[in-house]
Amino acid sequence: MILRVAGQRLGDLALVMLGMSFLVFAMIRLVPGDAVAIMLGANTEVTPERMAALRAELGLDQPMLVQYGVWLSNVLTGDLGRSLWTGRPVAAEIAGHVWPTVQLTVVALVLGAGLAVPLGCLMATWRGRWADGLLRIVTVLGLTIPSFWFGILMILTLSILAPEVQALGYVPFSEDPLGNLARLALPALALALPILANLARLVRSAMLDALAQDYIRTARAKGLSERAVVYRHALANALIPFVTSVGIMTGYLLGGAIVVEQVFAIPGLGRLVLGAISERNYPLLQATILVITASFVLINFAVDLLYAAIDPRIRA
Amino acid sequence: MKRQPLLIGSIVLVSVLVLAAVAAPWIAPYDPMAQSILRRFRPPSAEHWLGTDQFGRDTFSRMLYGARASLTVSVAAVGTALLVGGTLGLLAAFYRGWCDRISMRLMDVLFAFPVMLLAIGVVAILGPTSSSAAVAIAVVYTPIFARLIRAPALVIASSDFVMGARAIGASNARILVHHMLPNLASVILVQTSLLLSAAILVEASLAFLGLGTQPPAPSLGLMLSEGRNVLSFSPWIAVFSGLGIVLLAFGFNLMGDALRDRLDPRLAGHG
Repeated sequence: MILRVAGQRLGDLALVMLGMSFLVFAMIRLVPGDAVAIMLGANTEVTPERMAALRAELGLDQPMLVQYGVWLSNVLTGDLGRSLWTGRPVAAEIAGHVWPTVQLTVVALVLGAGLAVPLGCLMATWRGRWADGLLRIVTVLGLTIPSFWFGILMILTLSILAPEVQALGYVPFSEDPLGNLARLALPALALALPILANLARLVRSAMLDALAQDYIRTARAKGLSERAVVYRHALANALIPFVTSVGIMTGYLLGGAIVVEQVFAIPGLGRLVLGAISERNYPLLQATILVITASFVLINFAVDLLYAAIDPRIRA
Repeated sequence: MKRQPLLIGSIVLVSVLVLAAVAAPWIAPYDPMAQSILRRFRPPSAEHWLGTDQFGRDTFSRMLYGARASLTVSVAAVGTALLVGGTLGLLAAFYRGWCDRISMRLMDVLFAFPVMLLAIGVVAILGPTSSSAAVAIAVVYTPIFARLIRAPALVIASSDFVMGARAIGASNARILVHHMLPNLASVILVQTSLLLSAAILVEASLAFLGLGTQPPAPSLGLMLSEGRNVLSFSPWIAVFSGLGIVLLAFGFNLMGDALRDRLDPRLAGHG
């Protein structure tokens, strides 16, 4: 049974990956006008020879499906192509920018998800008309305050309170572990705010649901302490929807990181993507989008499996 | 009926903001593009309520026009996504079979991308303009609408009253328009309001990154990005333009949320 479900999920995964990679591959052909002329025009003089050379280099002179096959098999063997203007392997460019983004995303996820559980439980104990309304306004505010504005406000506040502290930029963890974490704190907080609001709210309503169930009454009736009832019995069930949401949130985090990196001048994948767009470096852009999206799909696949593991009802 | 201060409050907030944006040409105290070297970086005053920017342009007037631009892009994008995605979801649920399987697989592929990244990718293809931003947001929200509409439409399609309508010989078109759509209206209303809020944020992010509305046109996200560069000596530009984005997104989100409680009693009481 479990094997069949896993097989089906793997099939779905392969289909989505295939479709997604085809869309990313087709990007350059969807550019209105002549993509080759646009790419050259953004960087150098356009001549017929240069256009023919670039077209051959990118394989745009071959039939689309043939080129997709070549591109996909290269990608699967780890060859993401070469950056147009520097000639450096795209894989190396991505490797040089990936860590700040991974760190930012992970810290924001830990911060958001970690704080959401206690906060949601706390919010579940405040009930009633006023508390419900107030909590709703606060959580909706948390959802709708854009990370880039929140980040700018924090930079502004810090510059007034402690002008000597450097809030922008990035120091690698290996060079200065404390400085690295200190610089990540504000961007991670800015990025985490909406998921904190979203997840805290989800935990609250799942807790309220769980606490109204019969098994909770049974647990209370057999004399368990209130703490055991809330944390061991109610929370265990309330966390099931939480896990799925965390998977979906990573998509928001990976996209949101691009914007937050821009605010805090962090040299991550966001800078790579925006730089590639401004210099019309399509091969670099395609590869970066492909890598980020594939990670997102794989994370959700893992979360799906995890979900099946913690909730036996899903396996049936 | 229970009083609903949040619903009424959010409707008032959204109406005021939308009216202010629509009426921008009549109520803005200054021309949003008019530059004045003598009035650069003025702090908020009786003359310029929210100060001026690096070209001496009035921040409040630019915010009104910016909100107008932001709403135009978001409403056009969400409207298109609702039309395309909603129709797909409705037809997929009604006809099932291969129509359902193929369209939902296509939607799965679009779903695979992180929202912001897909929007950025579309703008990278079409070039950075406000209309590309609108197309990008429409592409991002089409699969979301398709899924949101398909799930309840599946339930309605197999309900007794649809069977009944079919039994008395109603055509497919009649069942879709007269029996299914009215029952989906509340879902559509709630989700449109919530997604408008999200679209306003995506539009602002794109403009902030330089991938949406281009200078010198006024846009809230663009003003925020310009304000960021002069944060140390004239913070009001970034503070107020960001506040404008928050108010718009907050209003629509709260309205969608309160509407959901009002229209779907099963969910009431879960904040």
